[in-house]
Parts: sequence; structure tokens; C-alpha cells
Amino acid sequence: MIGLAHYLIFASLLFGIGMFGVLSKRNAIAVLMSVELMLNAVNINFVAIEKFVTPGTGLGHTIALFVIVVAAAEVAVGLALIISIYRHKKSVNLNDFNLLKW
Amino acid sequence: MSLNDIVFIALAGITLLAALGVVLSRNIIHSALFLVLTFLGVAGIYFQLNAGFVGLVQIMVYAGAISVLIIFAIMLVMDVEPDQTNLFNQSTPTIMAGGYVSVLLAAGLAGAIWFTKWPLSAVQVGDQGVEKLAGMLLGPYVVSFEVAAILLLVAVFGAILLAKGVEDK
Repeated sequence: MIGLAHYLIFASLLFGIGMFGVLSKRNAIAVLMSVELMLNAVNINFVAIEKFVTPGTGLGHTIALFVIVVAAAEVAVGLALIISIYRHKKSVNLNDFNLLKW
Repeated sequence: MSLNDIVFIALAGITLLAALGVVLSRNIIHSALFLVLTFLGVAGIYFQLNAGFVGLVQIMVYAGAISVLIIFAIMLVMDVEPDQTNLFNQSTPTIMAGGYVSVLLAAGLAGAIWFTKWPLSAVQVGDQGVEKLAGMLLGPYVVSFEVAAILLLVAVFGAILLAKGVEDK
């Protein structure tokens, strides 16, 4: 019988995959995509807890919707930053982004 | 094993495999397409959790808008061989440390979740539609709702300004 714990474990596995992508990829856009995976994992937690712990309140759905809004804003600004850096550096390799390092 | 369980296992399997595809593909276009599949799988999980509206928003915003944005950005910045656009970091210790931290985190979280006694609710309700959501967004959370609107406006201006760049005098 599938219960709350299965959904939460599935979400934590998805979060782990996203975290591995963030920590180990070279391409800045790939890192941004992995961050999206992590945000999706968090959203699954909110919606699952809404169903199993506080059903009928709409609280989990509301917070999930806010997370989606913030994620959309984040990905738009993040991709604009990557395009802006690419124009100067001609690269999207994170190892080349060391302007602030001394 | 009910039909619900089989659907969950199928959706979760597809989603996790697609997420692994996002991280492990060497071609970043393939990664982006696997990302769309992941988003659709997560939307299926939302439908299964009686959150139809959140699932539809997920399909429209994530699988529709965000993936198109990511693919456009990839097209603008791709300048090398497609098979080498999405490699891992050069240093093996970095990958090892990343994998170690991620596996540790996922395993720790999964163990903690499994052994926690969750305060499960006795009542079960079906899909409430958007009624409850509208009551929340325009009731107790109306300030957050307006702030989210302003955040989106600022993000649009910021993205246009950053992508346009500063012209040299």
C-alpha cells in the first residue's frame, strides 16, 4: 500500500539526483536544470503532505504554487545571467566563471 | 496491490529514470528533453495526489514555458560539439564528493522519513478543484500573492535588462 512515506522517499531521491547534478556538472545551464529538479522534489513533498496530513485545507497546494512562481522567476533571471556572461567570456563552463576569485 | 499503487510505481520509475537522464546525458539537448519528461512525470504524481490544478500549472509553466526558455538559452550559447556540451567536472574528486554528499543526503532523508511516525489524517477528501486554493490565495495569503506578482514583474525586467546587456559607449 502506497502511503505518505513512499511519496516523501521518492521526493528525496529526486532531490538527491538534482543535488548530484548541481555539484558535479560543468555546464551552467545543466546546473540550473538540476536546481529545477530539486524544486520539483520539494513541491511533491508539499502536495503529498497536503493530501495525507492536512486534507481539504488547500495549504500545501498554495505553497506549491508559490514555489512554482519563484522558480519561474529564478530560471528567467538565471538564464539571462548565463547569456550575459557568455557574451563576455564566450563560455558556459563554470570553471571559467572566476571573476570574483582572487 | 491496487491500481493506484501500480500507477504510482510506474510514474515514480519514469520520473527518476528521466531525472537520471538529465544528469547523466552528455548532450545538453537530450538533458533538456529528459527534463520535460521529468516535469510531466511530476505532473502525473500531482494528478495522482488529487492536486489537479497544481498538476495543470506544472504542465503549463514547467513543461511548457520553462523548458522552452531553457532550450532557447541552450541554442544561444551552444558553440561546441553537441556530444560534449554537458560533461562532468574535470576533477574526479569533485564528482566523488558530489556523489557522496548526494547519496548521503538522499539515504539520510529516506531513512528519517521511513522511521518517522507521521500524524496522518483520518479523513480522506477528493480533488477540491480551485475553490480552496482561491480562498487561500485571496484570503490569508493575499499579501504573498501580490508580492509574487511584483516578483514576476521585477524578474521580467531584470531578465530583459541582463540579456540585452550594456552598450559600450
